[in-house]
Amino acid sequence: MSMNNQGRPTGTGSGTPTATGSSLLPNEPLLFEIGDTEHSGVDLPDVAVSDEFLGGFRRQTPLDLAGLTEPEAMRHYVRLSRLNYSIDSGMYPLGSCTMKHNPRLNEKIARLPGFADIHPLQPVSTVQGALDVMNELAHWLMTLTNTAAVCLTPKAGAHGEMAGMMAIRAAQAARGEGHRNIVLVPDSAHGTNPATAAFLGYTVKSIPANAGGTVDAAAVKAALGPDVAAIMLTNPNTCGLFEPQIVEIAAAVHEAGAFFYCDGANFNAIMGVVRPGDLGIDAMHINLHKTFSTPHGGGGPGAGPVVLSAALAPFAPVPFLRKGELIEHAEGTHLGRITAFNGQMGMYVRALTYMLSHGGDGLAQAARDAVLNANYVKARLTPAFSAPFGDGPCMHEALFDDHFLEGTGVTTLDFAKALIDEGFHPMTMYFPLVVHGAMLIEPTESESKQTLDQFCDTMLVLAGEARSNPGRFTAAPTRAPRRRLDETRAARSPRLKWQRPEPVPQPAE
Amino acid sequence: MLAVIGAASPEALFGAVPKLALLDAPVDLPPHSPEFMVEAHMRALASRNRTGADGPSFVGAGAYRHHVPASVDHLIQRSEWLTAYTPYQPEVSQGTLQMLFEFQTQVAHLTGMEVANASMYDGSTATAEAALMARRLTRKDKIILSGGLHPHYRDVVRTYLDNVPELICLPASPDGQGDILSRIDGDTAAIIIQTPDFYGHLRDVKKAADAIHAQGGLLIVVVTEVISLGLIEAPGALGADIVVCEGQSIGNALSFGGPYVGLMATRKEFIRQMPGRLCGETVDADGNRGFVLTLSTREQHIRREKATSNICTNSGLCALAFSIHMGLLGEAGLTRLARLNHSRAVTLAKALRAIPDVELLNRSFFNEMTLRLPVPAAPIVELLAKAEILAGVPAIRLDPDNVHCANLLIVAATELTTDEDIELLALSLATAVSEFRP
Amino acid sequence: MTIRYTEDHEYIRVEGTAGTVGITQYAQDQLGDIVFVELPKLGQKLKKGDEAAVVESVKAASEIYAPASGTVTAINEALTSEPGLINTSPDADGWIYKLALDDPGEIDSLMDDAAYAKHTA
Repeated sequence: MSMNNQGRPTGTGSGTPTATGSSLLPNEPLLFEIGDTEHSGVDLPDVAVSDEFLGGFRRQTPLDLAGLTEPEAMRHYVRLSRLNYSIDSGMYPLGSCTMKHNPRLNEKIARLPGFADIHPLQPVSTVQGALDVMNELAHWLMTLTNTAAVCLTPKAGAHGEMAGMMAIRAAQAARGEGHRNIVLVPDSAHGTNPATAAFLGYTVKSIPANAGGTVDAAAVKAALGPDVAAIMLTNPNTCGLFEPQIVEIAAAVHEAGAFFYCDGANFNAIMGVVRPGDLGIDAMHINLHKTFSTPHGGGGPGAGPVVLSAALAPFAPVPFLRKGELIEHAEGTHLGRITAFNGQMGMYVRALTYMLSHGGDGLAQAARDAVLNANYVKARLTPAFSAPFGDGPCMHEALFDDHFLEGTGVTTLDFAKALIDEGFHPMTMYFPLVVHGAMLIEPTESESKQTLDQFCDTMLVLAGEARSNPGRFTAAPTRAPRRRLDETRAARSPRLKWQRPEPVPQPAE
Repeated sequence: MLAVIGAASPEALFGAVPKLALLDAPVDLPPHSPEFMVEAHMRALASRNRTGADGPSFVGAGAYRHHVPASVDHLIQRSEWLTAYTPYQPEVSQGTLQMLFEFQTQVAHLTGMEVANASMYDGSTATAEAALMARRLTRKDKIILSGGLHPHYRDVVRTYLDNVPELICLPASPDGQGDILSRIDGDTAAIIIQTPDFYGHLRDVKKAADAIHAQGGLLIVVVTEVISLGLIEAPGALGADIVVCEGQSIGNALSFGGPYVGLMATRKEFIRQMPGRLCGETVDADGNRGFVLTLSTREQHIRREKATSNICTNSGLCALAFSIHMGLLGEAGLTRLARLNHSRAVTLAKALRAIPDVELLNRSFFNEMTLRLPVPAAPIVELLAKAEILAGVPAIRLDPDNVHCANLLIVAATELTTDEDIELLALSLATAVSEFRP
Repeated sequence: MTIRYTEDHEYIRVEGTAGTVGITQYAQDQLGDIVFVELPKLGQKLKKGDEAAVVESVKAASEIYAPASGTVTAINEALTSEPGLINTSPDADGWIYKLALDDPGEIDSLMDDAAYAKHTA
C-alpha cells in the first residue's frame, strides 16, 4: 500500500487541565492585577495647576487606580464579557424579568448626538426635540393604559412604585384622610411592593391567594377598612395569571375610599390587548426595560414611568410636561422631585423607538405571542412537571412547583443549575413565595417555536434524569465558567473590594 | 402550537380577562413601521435639539460634558454586557460580577472610603438614600442640608423624607459660606454638604466632619463632579462617613439627565445599613476565585418591608461604562484629566471676571464657578443661546423662589472647552450684559 | 434548670430568674449556614414576643423573638465574628442573649421538650 500520511492529524486527543483554564475562556485577572497607576489608555496633555483656586484642598491621598492601555482594556472587558450569559446568546426564561430581544435600532437612536449630547439644563428652547420625545412617549403610555396622566421620571420600577404610592398618600392627605396607614399586599407580590409601602410609613397587611393562585375579591373586601390607604396588586400576577376578579376588587377598593396601585411589571402580557385603566387601576408603573425592550444591562439602568388616574394626576411629582411646556417646579398639589433632572431620557428614546417600530398592532401581537409561547411551554411541560394552579391557560409566564421532584433529592436550585449545563439560563426560582420551590418560566414573544421546543425537550430530559441520575444535578453546573460559588463564605467575611496582597516577607540576609 | 395547548385561538388564552376589558378594536395608535421610517422620525426629533457639539457649552450644575473614549461605548454595546440580566446566577454572570467588584474598588479608592456598593440610580437619589441610612445608623432624626447642596438634590431629599419634620434645608449660599455647623445639635443624625458645591466652591470637609462627630452624628459628602476627586482631597480622608457621587462624568453621556450612575461609599462598619447591591469575592466548588452578590438580606427581594431600601434595578451598564473609562484613565490619566479641567476653569474664571461689572463669587473652585451679573442671568442665557453659545445655568432656574439668585450664572469648563470658546463667551457675555443694562 | 421552647423555635434555658435564649437545633438546620447575627443591646428591656435579635442566612433574615419579658443582661459577642457557632452549637456556644426575667412564671406557657419534639415532628 502507499502510506499517504500527509495532511493534518484528525484525532481528537485527550484533555488535561491547563494552567489558565479553557483556551477560549481563560481565567481573567482583576483590573488591578493587570494595570498599574503609571499606565493610561487615554492620551491627555499634562498641565501643571497652581494652588491659587484650590482652597488648600489639593488631594494628598493616593488615588491608587489601576490604568490599562486601550488594547489591554479591550481584552480585559471582552474576556470578562464572555463569562456572562446574555439574551443574544441564548434563551433567558426568567419569569417576571421579561428578557425579550433588545432591538439594536434602539441603541443606534439613543446614541444620536441630538439625544445623547444634550444637557438637562440647557435652555428649554434648545431641546424641543427632547420634549417631543417625552410627549410622544407619554401619549403612547397613556393610550395603552387608558389613564389621564403619566409621570415619566422614575428611574426604575421600584422608583415608579414610590412615586405612585406617594401620589396616593398625597391625594388622601388632601382629602383629610391622612390617617389611612395600611396597604394591602398579596403574598405573591414582588418584594419591592412591601418595601415601598413600608418606606412610605405604611403598615403592610398581606392578602392570601386562593387555591387558584389569584386574589379573591372577598378576601380583599374582608381586609378593607377605614384605615386602608391602598392595595398593591400585580396584574397579570406573579403566578402568571390574570386576576379574574380585578374589576370587582377595584370597585371594592374604591368603595372603601382606598386606591388601587397596580404593579405593571407584567404589562408585557396585555399591552394593546387590555388597558389597565379600564380595569379601575389608579396608578401603575411600567418597566420600560421589561415591556418596551430597553436593555437590562446586567442590572440596569431601567426606567419606571408611572401612569396615574384623573384623581391622582394633580399629585404627580415634577418635572412633567403640560401642553408641551416643561414644568420643573412643584406648584399646587404636585409633589416635588424624585430625581434630579428629567429622568431616563436614554430609555425614553429606546422605548419610543420600539413602540414606533411595533405600532399599536405590533405591541398587541407581541403580547399575544408572549402569552402563546408561555402556554406552549406550559402545555409541553405539564405532563412531567407540576403546575400548582392546574391546567388552565396562563398569561405570559408558566409557573411550576417542586412537587415533581419529590423523592429525588433534587431541589429547584439543583434543577436550575443543571439547566446551565444544558446551555440555558435558569428560570426564576423560589419566586413567587406562595409556591413551594417555584420555577417561573417566561419565554417572551422573542423566542421561536424551534427554540421553545429545544428548551422544552431539555426540560423534559432533565425531569427524567432527576429520577435516573440525580447526581448530575447536585454537582451542576460543571460546564459553566464557574462551579457553584460559596455564598456563605462571601457573606460571613465580606470582601467587597480588591486588596493589595501583603508583600511576601523576604528572609533576612 | 395551539393544538398542543388545546386552544382554539390565541385570543382564547385571554379567557380570564373580563369581557368588558378586552379591547375589541386595536388601540388608537399608529401601526408598525419599518426601521428606516422609524429612524427618519426619530432623527427629525433629534435634529430639533441643539447638541453640545454645535457650539461652545458651559452648562454644568450636576451634569458635565466630557470626552468619552470610543472604546468605552464599543465595549458596553457587546451583547454579553448589554443584554445580560442582574447577576443572580453567579456561575454564568462572572463578567458582570467581576466588573462590579472592580467598580466597587474604584469607587472606594476614589472617595477614600472602605466600601462602596454596586451603584444607585443617580447622585440625587443616592443622597436621599444616604440620609435615610444615616437615620437608621444613628437612630436620630434630624438631617441638615447645606445651602450649597444642588437644589435638585435638596428637592429629592425633601420628597424622600417628606414625613420627617426634622429635615432642615438651609437657604442657598452662593457665596460658599453657610452656618450649617452652628445648626448641629445632639439630635442631628447627619449633615449633608457638597464639594465642590452647587456654586463651585470647595468646602471644608474636615471642619464639617469634626463638628458633626463631636455631636455623635454622621457626615454625608456629595460630589456631583466626580472628576474633581482626581485633584481634590478624598472626602474619606477628611472624615466623611458616607460619600455619594454622581458618576456621569466618567463614561456616560449627558443624555438630557439620564440614565446616570449614583456612587455610594461608606465605612465598613456601616455596610449592613447600606442600600443597594453589593458584590463580594468568594470561591467556587473547585476552589477558584469567583464573585457573588452578597449581604442580600438587606434588600427588598429578601427582607421585603424590612429592607434598607426598595431599590432593585440599579445602573449596571452605566457603572460598567464608568468602570471601563476609569480603567482606561487609571491614576495617571484621571490626575491629568482633573488638572486639565481645573486649568481650563482657571482660564475661564480669569477671562470672565475681567468683564466690567461681572463679579466672580468663587475664591476656590474645581471646574465650575458662579458669576454675579449686573442684570438677571436667565434672559442673558436665552440671548446667547440664539447665538449658539450655551452660556451656563442661571441659578434661579433651579431655585425660582430665591430672588437673590436672579443675577447668578453658573458656568463650567471641561477638557473640551477651548480657548476660542472662552474668548467667545467672554466677548458675548460682555456685550449682552451691556445691552441689557438699563 | 428548665428549658422551654416557643413555636418560633427559640429556646430559653432558665435558672432562677436568669434566662438564656437561642435557637433550636431544628431551627438552625432549617435555616442553613448562619452568616450574621444582629444582637440586642445590653440593658434593653424586652416584652414577651418583641423582636430581640435577627439571624441571617445567605438567603433569609429571621427575627428572634423574646420568649419571655425581661432585661438583656448579656449578649454573645462571639457570634459577631463567628456566626457559625449557631450552626455548630446552637444550645451551648451558640446562645444569643441572656435575660433577667421579669416573671419566671411567664415561661410556663411555653413548650417543654416533649411538646417541642411533637411540634417539630
